Amino acid sequence: MNFENDCRFKRKLTKRGNCNTLSHQGLQDKQAEQNSVKDSYTTHNESVFQNPHHQQEENLTGLPIVTFKWHHVETPYLVIIWVFVAGLAKLSVVELNHHVISVVPESGLLIILGFILGGIVWGADRAQTFKLLPPTFFYYLLPQIILDASYFMPNKLFFSNLGAILIYAIFGTCWNAATVGLSLWGCYEAGVMGNLDIGLLQFLLFGSLIAAVDPVAVIAVFEEVHVNEVLFILVFGESLLNDGVTVVLYNVFDAFVALGGPRIDAAEIFKGIFSFVVVAFGGSFLGIGFAILLSLLTRCTKHIQIIEAGFVFVVGYLAYLTAEMLSLSAILSITFCGICCQKYVNANMDEKSVTTVRHAMKLLANGSETMIFLFLGVTAIDTEIWVWNTGFILLTLLFVFIYRIIGTFLFTWMLNKFRLVPIEVIDQVVMSYGGLRGAVAYGLAALLDEDKIPEKNLMISTTLIVVYFTVILQGITMKPLVQWLKVKRAAHSDLKLIEKLNNRAFDHILAAVEDICGRIGDNWWTRGWNRFEENYISWLLMKPKARKNRDYLFSIFHKLNLEDAINYVSEGERQGSLAFSRSDEAANVDFKKQFGSEFADVMPNIMVDMSNYELGIEHFSVTSIVKDTIPSVSLDIHGQDRKNAMDDINAHHLLQQHLYRSRKHQHRHKYSRSHFSINQNEDEVQEIFQRTMRSRLESFKSTKMGVNPAKKITKHHKKELTHKMPNGHPDGTGHLYGDEEVEGLCVFLPHLIEAGIENPVFLPDMDSPTHSPPWLMETEAVAPSQRAQRRLPWTPNRLRRLAPMRISTCSTDSFLMADVSLTLEEHEEHSQTDHVEM
Amino acid sequence: MGASQSGPVHMFQDLAYKTGFSIEQIKNLHNRFIYLTQAEDTLRREHLENVSDLALNPIRRQIIEAFFDKRNMGEKEKGCLQEIGFEEFVTVLSFFRPPKPHTADEEMKNIKKEKLRFLFNMHDTDNDGIITLDEYRRVVEELLSSYEIMGAETAKAITDAAMLEVASVTVGQMGPDEFYEGITFEQFMQILKDVEIETKMNIHFWNLDTRTVQCGK
Repeated sequence: MNFENDCRFKRKLTKRGNCNTLSHQGLQDKQAEQNSVKDSYTTHNESVFQNPHHQQEENLTGLPIVTFKWHHVETPYLVIIWVFVAGLAKLSVVELNHHVISVVPESGLLIILGFILGGIVWGADRAQTFKLLPPTFFYYLLPQIILDASYFMPNKLFFSNLGAILIYAIFGTCWNAATVGLSLWGCYEAGVMGNLDIGLLQFLLFGSLIAAVDPVAVIAVFEEVHVNEVLFILVFGESLLNDGVTVVLYNVFDAFVALGGPRIDAAEIFKGIFSFVVVAFGGSFLGIGFAILLSLLTRCTKHIQIIEAGFVFVVGYLAYLTAEMLSLSAILSITFCGICCQKYVNANMDEKSVTTVRHAMKLLANGSETMIFLFLGVTAIDTEIWVWNTGFILLTLLFVFIYRIIGTFLFTWMLNKFRLVPIEVIDQVVMSYGGLRGAVAYGLAALLDEDKIPEKNLMISTTLIVVYFTVILQGITMKPLVQWLKVKRAAHSDLKLIEKLNNRAFDHILAAVEDICGRIGDNWWTRGWNRFEENYISWLLMKPKARKNRDYLFSIFHKLNLEDAINYVSEGERQGSLAFSRSDEAANVDFKKQFGSEFADVMPNIMVDMSNYELGIEHFSVTSIVKDTIPSVSLDIHGQDRKNAMDDINAHHLLQQHLYRSRKHQHRHKYSRSHFSINQNEDEVQEIFQRTMRSRLESFKSTKMGVNPAKKITKHHKKELTHKMPNGHPDGTGHLYGDEEVEGLCVFLPHLIEAGIENPVFLPDMDSPTHSPPWLMETEAVAPSQRAQRRLPWTPNRLRRLAPMRISTCSTDSFLMADVSLTLEEHEEHSQTDHVEM
Repeated sequence: MGASQSGPVHMFQDLAYKTGFSIEQIKNLHNRFIYLTQAEDTLRREHLENVSDLALNPIRRQIIEAFFDKRNMGEKEKGCLQEIGFEEFVTVLSFFRPPKPHTADEEMKNIKKEKLRFLFNMHDTDNDGIITLDEYRRVVEELLSSYEIMGAETAKAITDAAMLEVASVTVGQMGPDEFYEGITFEQFMQILKDVEIETKMNIHFWNLDTRTVQCGK
């Protein structure tokens, strides 16, 4: 994805370079000075822009050892420098926000930072050499933001509020455009603005470009505020769709302006309206078409998992460009592509690819969002574009603000007549106040044709002011307003599973009651659609295998399980070793057992289920108890504190010695571009198995021979463990444990030892190096005992990855952890089967 | 339905006052009631089971049961009825009535509580005030039964997980001698307090007679 990212920016820069030939002069100058090639550079300064290779030819007086080839890399270099600067800007802004103020939203801070950077550039060049150009913006910065927004759209919420969103997006935008345009024209006619060369159509064109609420700005602000979900989806959905609408509207008015006032008759107006409908809906359907294509494509990418994630971006971008090519609404196209494909794509692709898409998408969107705001600031520092007309600018600000409020209240009032749950007044206030304008408006203003619209610069500067005003001022005041009005915030609930269960039950209940009342309502349509979707669309667009697991509840369940497994491991890691979680686990098992046995009295048949399906119970107890038990467990931890550091060192030492060193080695040799899977060597599997066996044998022997007075004390522990792990094989580890006691450790670390028994890898944690037990000296075995893992991969839904992750905790390369764990998992399965065969 | 002959209008007004529906809505519901019962006076389970759209609903049993549950009639006593009249029918449906705009906070809370109580009763099949694991399992199994691929085992696992989630949130950590009996109504309210049930558990009751758009159902 980085590659693609680069590519985009390269293309972007080429574009910028072309459009703005003089743009890099200043920076070049500075660079040239620094690198003391100024003489050759300045002489060829002008010609160089035409022919970058010119310079080299002149310099060749002998064989150069090193040459300075700035012009070879100029374009990509500048792009990447700006990307880098944007990254730094984001970093500093976030840090600033973190430490100093959280009053100004990030977007506002970025714009302000852009002012500063722009000032620096301007100070160096006396002209603004870098600005946000419409093609750059529309082709290389905007698409990924829209794709990101739509791909992560909460679909259910979106579609259940689709009516309201469409009303706001279509009619609201038209309303804003018309009223702002007409009012400005009225004021102009009244003579408030002095002498300007603007006609009614131009005013309407201006109105249409300033009408759209910008998703980038809105998301940036609302995400920080955490308003309730209905309000969020209304503002968000509206801003996403009305971008598309505003571009269409802009194009229609642009065509009218080009046509000229006198030639517009009823037929042309009708054509304009018709084209509006065709462009908007055509774009949407094109996007849906691409979504279907993408879903079908991901059905058969099983064997190219490494690149399947890329398809999402490529096809999304293709949807955008194709719509642009057909002069349909590109924004709507990519929006609907993202919204429609998400479900199927996520189900079809491998879990890792889904994660890749998620991260890459956020990376791209966040990156370009940062760039956009930064350049919105940089662009402002330019004397060329600023044309001041107090009347025009202030009136625009006023009308934009006022008509947004009026429009929101008007349309909400109409909507509330039909809505089951009316939109509250407070929400309406926030909605109308959230009418932030952003880069889309600026991009459209910069696109204006100076020949047709003589006052283009006035429009640009007005747009910029509106953008600054809304993003910075309204952005700052949004949070206090939301707090002051006591807007319902988004509720954070820890209860994920039960909530989903209840929601599911709810849907059915509502549908049933509607059936009983005998009317066709929303639930009827939803249910009908769901059934259709399930039977036909999923069948077409989803892999059969994915269809099995696609149930929403199940995926939640699965996700929670994974999350818990990770928490569980990281909690253990935090303590330096997994001893903590192991002891915790012991507590869990107790809990479970307790739970089970209590229930056994009440309903014996369930008891059986419990032990069979401990996945749910035990698993969840991990979550709930990891938090809760910290105090109780911490007793041990404190006791252990002074030992901790030493233990860590020992553990590392030991693990480094004993863990399979060959793994790294093999990894290096088995580099593959198309596979992550490493270390699948048969020999190594064998080796692991043998080592494990040897160690167990040794330990078994040593316990047999060693006299063990403390054995009895541990009896009940052993029993308990055996009880806990019916599949386990009590002998080997049980005796290992005896060894521990020979060392006398159990006296002051009873808890740890009790837990540690499961997994010999971690036993050495508790030993001081001089006191290593004999079995450790003699053998190299540190592979986890069979028993420790056997429990874990047992049920597919459960903490499947946990066992291997334990090993990888010792690996310093946490990034590789997932991969390592996967491969290890396979090993263990291998070795387990081997074991059984023996 | 003796009253309906003598003075349906009066009875409707009475019901409208009691349940909060408008007279038009009551009339509509009455039409529907007559349609469902095939002009009989009382509604029995098989009448509801015959509703064609309901056949595909995985939890129809519970929903139908809720219509015959005495607890939902505003009475103290527990148990089930075999047949219900129009008044009971409307009373049950009134749980799904959207709250009127500008309802005071206090009243809203009551509405929420009532709606939650309805849901709770639906899950608590044996009327003992506790949704036990067993009861909840049955609910979830039915809920997931429409997805054949997901076996009953998975349903059980999910139920157990959900139950534990509830236990961990409502009770906190359990002592070694305690065990979790099930969800009480207080806990039920607690776990659903963030779900805006008063805005969700509603359906539209038209004021107009909608039989014309019912596609001949």
